Amino acid sequence: MRTTLVALLFLLVIPGDVFAETAGGRGHTIAVEAKKRNSNFGDYQVQMTMILRSRAGAESQRMIRNRVLEIIGDGDKSLTIFDSPTDVRGTALLSYSHRQGDDDQWLYLPALKRVKRISSADKSGSFMGSEFSYEDLGSREVEKYAYRFLQEEACGEQRCFVLELIPKESSKSGYSRIISWLDTVHLRTMKEEYHDTRGRLMKTLTMGIYQEYLGFHWRPMQMLMVNHQNGKETELLFYTYLFHTGLTDRDFNKSKLQRLR
Amino acid sequence: MKKVFLLAWIFCSWPCSIHALEIRGELSFEARLFAESPSYAGQKHNNGSLAIDAEFYQQFSENVRLVVEPFYRIDSADSNRSHADLRTGHFLYMPQSWELTVGVDKVFWGVTEFVHLVDIINQTDLLEGLDGEDKLGQPMVRLLLERDWGMVDTFILPWFRSRSFPGEGGRLRGPVVIDDDNAQFESSMEEYHPDAAIRYSNYLGLWDFGIYQFVGTSREPLFAVSSETMTVIPYYEQIAQTGLDVQLTEGGWLLKLEALSRYSDIDRGLGAAAGFEYTFANFGGTAADLGVIGEYVFDDRNVAEYSLYNDDVMVGFRVSVNDHRTTEFLLGIMQDMENGSTALSLELSSRINDSATFEVTGAFLDKIDQDDPAGVHRQDSFLRLLLTCYF
Repeated sequence: MRTTLVALLFLLVIPGDVFAETAGGRGHTIAVEAKKRNSNFGDYQVQMTMILRSRAGAESQRMIRNRVLEIIGDGDKSLTIFDSPTDVRGTALLSYSHRQGDDDQWLYLPALKRVKRISSADKSGSFMGSEFSYEDLGSREVEKYAYRFLQEEACGEQRCFVLELIPKESSKSGYSRIISWLDTVHLRTMKEEYHDTRGRLMKTLTMGIYQEYLGFHWRPMQMLMVNHQNGKETELLFYTYLFHTGLTDRDFNKSKLQRLR
Repeated sequence: MKKVFLLAWIFCSWPCSIHALEIRGELSFEARLFAESPSYAGQKHNNGSLAIDAEFYQQFSENVRLVVEPFYRIDSADSNRSHADLRTGHFLYMPQSWELTVGVDKVFWGVTEFVHLVDIINQTDLLEGLDGEDKLGQPMVRLLLERDWGMVDTFILPWFRSRSFPGEGGRLRGPVVIDDDNAQFESSMEEYHPDAAIRYSNYLGLWDFGIYQFVGTSREPLFAVSSETMTVIPYYEQIAQTGLDVQLTEGGWLLKLEALSRYSDIDRGLGAAAGFEYTFANFGGTAADLGVIGEYVFDDRNVAEYSLYNDDVMVGFRVSVNDHRTTEFLLGIMQDMENGSTALSLELSSRINDSATFEVTGAFLDKIDQDDPAGVHRQDSFLRLLLTCYF
């Protein structure tokens, strides 16, 4: 009864905001549901090739392995291991993502056998010289964005929900807003547009074929990030995902960094 | 080379091997070109050198592995700088929550960028460079325990590695060639004195820290004139050293502190290094990152008398271009607060292709005061070209 009254009061005082709330509420609900469908995987390991293309079409490749452990009640723990180019072979990034506050990140430098805690506050920097930033590749926590439902529209052969995401802490993001297309059936991200801090369209991400794992998990096998401002693009090709590989918390201990293979 | 093949043959024919032997490594070509003529008799002007660093890796089971990494450098000017070392050579047993290492390994402790004050397990390979980042392999038995409340790392170090110094033909040395073959030790067991160390480290939210106690042979020598040979020889004290390293990672800032307290029979000294690091992503509207580093070091141990760092301020700028070649520029400025000596270093590194990189380093040492420990290097400003091939 009391809530109804409060809601009524809001309706009377600021009707415009209530509609915004509804769009926000719906956007948030979709984001929460999409995140839910991406969870309960336990752990996985995957190998990928990252192809960097310059404006002139020159290519260079990186081989990367990823190990991810789902943490109930907080962000995932992940390990990113670089296999090529050979000069960065053995370099590894350990990341504990958090729903609240900055992530904890350590970088392992094999030449010095040094584990260095690095800052994760500003995620707008380039990942390995690619068009992906740390923000694009890290685990996206629902709590860190304000969502708004824009519309439902056709996307390829499917129908998509179109959401707008606005980073809550603008100083920690390279974007003023992200437009995200999720298919209405499985809530898989099909496409995203990133707008820079000045509001201009900066990059477009498109997902390739999705594959189903464990009977309920959809993972893209290819991702293409095109930067409209510098003419460069980066393609990520994933090999088979392995789920339930038996990874535990201990595999993500920072002392394990120098023993990685 | 024969030895390498023999080693490879032994691993490949190991009866219980379930995984193939992995071999990787790097071959590097170096040229150091000095701007000025050498100051001291016997020194050659420039030098060229070739180094190989190979790693043989064999996994026997999920928890047992063998890693062997020999290193060899051959130098055109300095016979001392032509040297071999076993960087790594150990068996590792690593069940889930602990690790046992038996053999030669390298361990790094510390947080600051310019000086590595608290790093003590391995001897510095001074022949490789003045930055103290190259280390000699240290024989050890190491037990690492991982607990929910942190890590405890225990070391028994049965054999001490003496420091080697540039020979007669080498630059970057003082007027007198150090007679490192006749080093003297406080302990009658000399380099076979068993040293020990224990370190506790943990991470709590924004804080990463470690604290250790080391008892044994000082890694840094004092110098004396031998009454027998009348040469300058290194003298290694027995010490007890307590060290601390802390880093606070707050927002974009890294705040760092290293501190130590060192006792020997003749000296009680303190040292500390503190500083910050801040990175600006997408600097100047480009994809580049700009890192700014500021550090100060104070060291009043008796061995600091011979060190480049005792009361110095260091400032560094690192530009990571974030191109596909991973191009990086590094500018370092070091200033002594006592005598105003200034040294400058400039570094450019980039990738040539998937298996080769190059590096150009310039060190400008001519503004160093005559009375500074590094004053002997005033004529030794150099340009270093390095080409590294990975296999």
